[in-house]
Amino acid sequence: MKHKTFFWFILPTFLAMFFFITLPIISVVIQSLHTPHENILITVENCDPFGCKKVTSIDHEATRDLKNEKPLGRFVGLDIYLDRGHLAFEQVKDHWNKSRDLVSFFSLISDLPFYKAIFFTLTFTFTVTPIMLVLGLLIALGVNSINKQLKGLIIFFSLLPMIVTPLIGSIILFWMIDSRGIVGNFLQLMFEDPNFSLKASTFLTWITLIVYGVWHAIPFSFIVFYAGLQTLPKDQIESAQIDGANTFQQTIHIIIPHIMPLITFVTLMQLMDNFRVFEPIIGFNAEAHATSLSWIIFNDLGGETRQLSAAATSSILTIFGIIILLIPVLIKTWKEFDFKK
Amino acid sequence: MSFSTTKNNKHNNNLRNIIIYFLIFSWVFLAAFPFIWTFWGSFKVELDFFSIANWTNAITGKNTEQTYGSPFTFVGYHGAWVQEEFWKAFINTSLVCFFVVLTSLTIGTLGAYALSRSNYKYTFWLLIMALIFRSMPPITLVAGYLPPFFEWNLWGILPTTIIVLVSINQPFTLWMLHSFFQNIPKELDESAKVDGCSQYQAFGHVIVPVMWPGIITTGLFSFLLAYNDFAVTSMLLSDENRTMVPQIAAFLGTTYTEGNVMFAVAAVVSATVPLFILIMFFQTKIVSGLTQGAVKG
Repeated sequence: MKHKTFFWFILPTFLAMFFFITLPIISVVIQSLHTPHENILITVENCDPFGCKKVTSIDHEATRDLKNEKPLGRFVGLDIYLDRGHLAFEQVKDHWNKSRDLVSFFSLISDLPFYKAIFFTLTFTFTVTPIMLVLGLLIALGVNSINKQLKGLIIFFSLLPMIVTPLIGSIILFWMIDSRGIVGNFLQLMFEDPNFSLKASTFLTWITLIVYGVWHAIPFSFIVFYAGLQTLPKDQIESAQIDGANTFQQTIHIIIPHIMPLITFVTLMQLMDNFRVFEPIIGFNAEAHATSLSWIIFNDLGGETRQLSAAATSSILTIFGIIILLIPVLIKTWKEFDFKK
Repeated sequence: MSFSTTKNNKHNNNLRNIIIYFLIFSWVFLAAFPFIWTFWGSFKVELDFFSIANWTNAITGKNTEQTYGSPFTFVGYHGAWVQEEFWKAFINTSLVCFFVVLTSLTIGTLGAYALSRSNYKYTFWLLIMALIFRSMPPITLVAGYLPPFFEWNLWGILPTTIIVLVSINQPFTLWMLHSFFQNIPKELDESAKVDGCSQYQAFGHVIVPVMWPGIITTGLFSFLLAYNDFAVTSMLLSDENRTMVPQIAAFLGTTYTEGNVMFAVAAVVSATVPLFILIMFFQTKIVSGLTQGAVKG
């Protein structure tokens, strides 16, 4: 395609992405390096018959002028990145010196809000991803081996947890695990403890969120693997059966190698997807026990005090995390692209 | 000897089938039950839906019958749609989804077609940029939107949110349509060009007639992204312009305090129904869309 034709075809989508993705990213970077102006104080000496007093007050006019002149605030470099709400280098160094072993070090820094969010985000990402891969594969293998008529219906219901709005899905489960809900009721009977609640402890909240994450993600791996199983080399399976391989051996030696590219694909997509975990924390009302990077940004942006600088800094750090997870995908795209020689 | 092996195999097969059916039915149960349960419960009063006395009340609707003379009541739906004006949120969601899908597909089709028919270095870098943008959580961009939107009074209105959602969806749309267009042989438009068509005519006369299956699948996913979005819509829309998902989140706060949880339950069920219908009609399209990216590698 000629450069000029290409230009006109790509222009609308390019402009949309330029103005609403690229420029916002630049703006986020700039905001993360600035902090709102402090109020300008003036000291006036008030003299009355009893003597002179110095009174300090906010110079509203000068403050307003300064804000109009430099709406971004004052430049602080990487200060916000290093403050207590983000990377907290000083506190980390302090904790490192104070703690005797790694366990106590981690328990100390997990009280810092940003590290707390990172711990949950990573735990969520690296538990949900393997569990959904294994369960999705098992269900795909199962569905593949049963008769055809049921398959459509099974796929229909299987799609629900993934297609339904994440916030709505998590709210529905949240109502069920409520101590007055059906699952909550059963758990109380099971543990013979009328006060048992999944919302009470950090550990149980994390388990709940991870179970939700798996429930939400299984359909994706199931559908992709199921599609992959339709292209299995039949002759290989048959000859393996003749040689006496059982189902387990067939799965390990033929099926898994055959769908390996799909496993890689699902893993990479899921790592990125789970890294942005956010809605379930709102839906399960879990922010007291579990926060994620996306939740921190949302929390800073919301409310009466929109802390844009803090949110911008968390955003940049989150984007860094995503890019690290993305590197394998980028390399793969590079290798596969059909460059004009 | 051979007899006993077959018997053994048969025994193994039976056991295997039992495990398989058990696994599948537990999954289908886990996937479907929460929705069926909540749908059923949405026609009950709170004392039945959240039952302290006996969980079977949620099925039989004992308290609902005592209050309204029938085990089913539309009080929750009436409260949500009429009293809390959920219909406004429904209209807003419809508007947002309609325009997001329309605009996304229009500009995405043109862009993806160009990307699939060009293999210069800049094509690769555009695709890589789109890939990075696609993987970024949309919430990371919101801090960049707020200052200019406040400054120019663009915050809170539907058109702004629609344009933002279109732009955020573009990377995804481009990648999906790009792989669809790559499956349409280049020879088709090449031969049209040999016959004297310009690139635009080749696109209009040769590609447009055969691209609809890909467009419909991509459109479904654009719809889902717009419909399901919470982070961006809740940050960029004012209270009166809220779409359904942020409205439900807002309900949770207000209705809990006012004891109208059933309004929220009814709203949640109402917002799930369109998705249910969508899956019913487009199940195969959704499945092919999910596998499309994967099968391509």
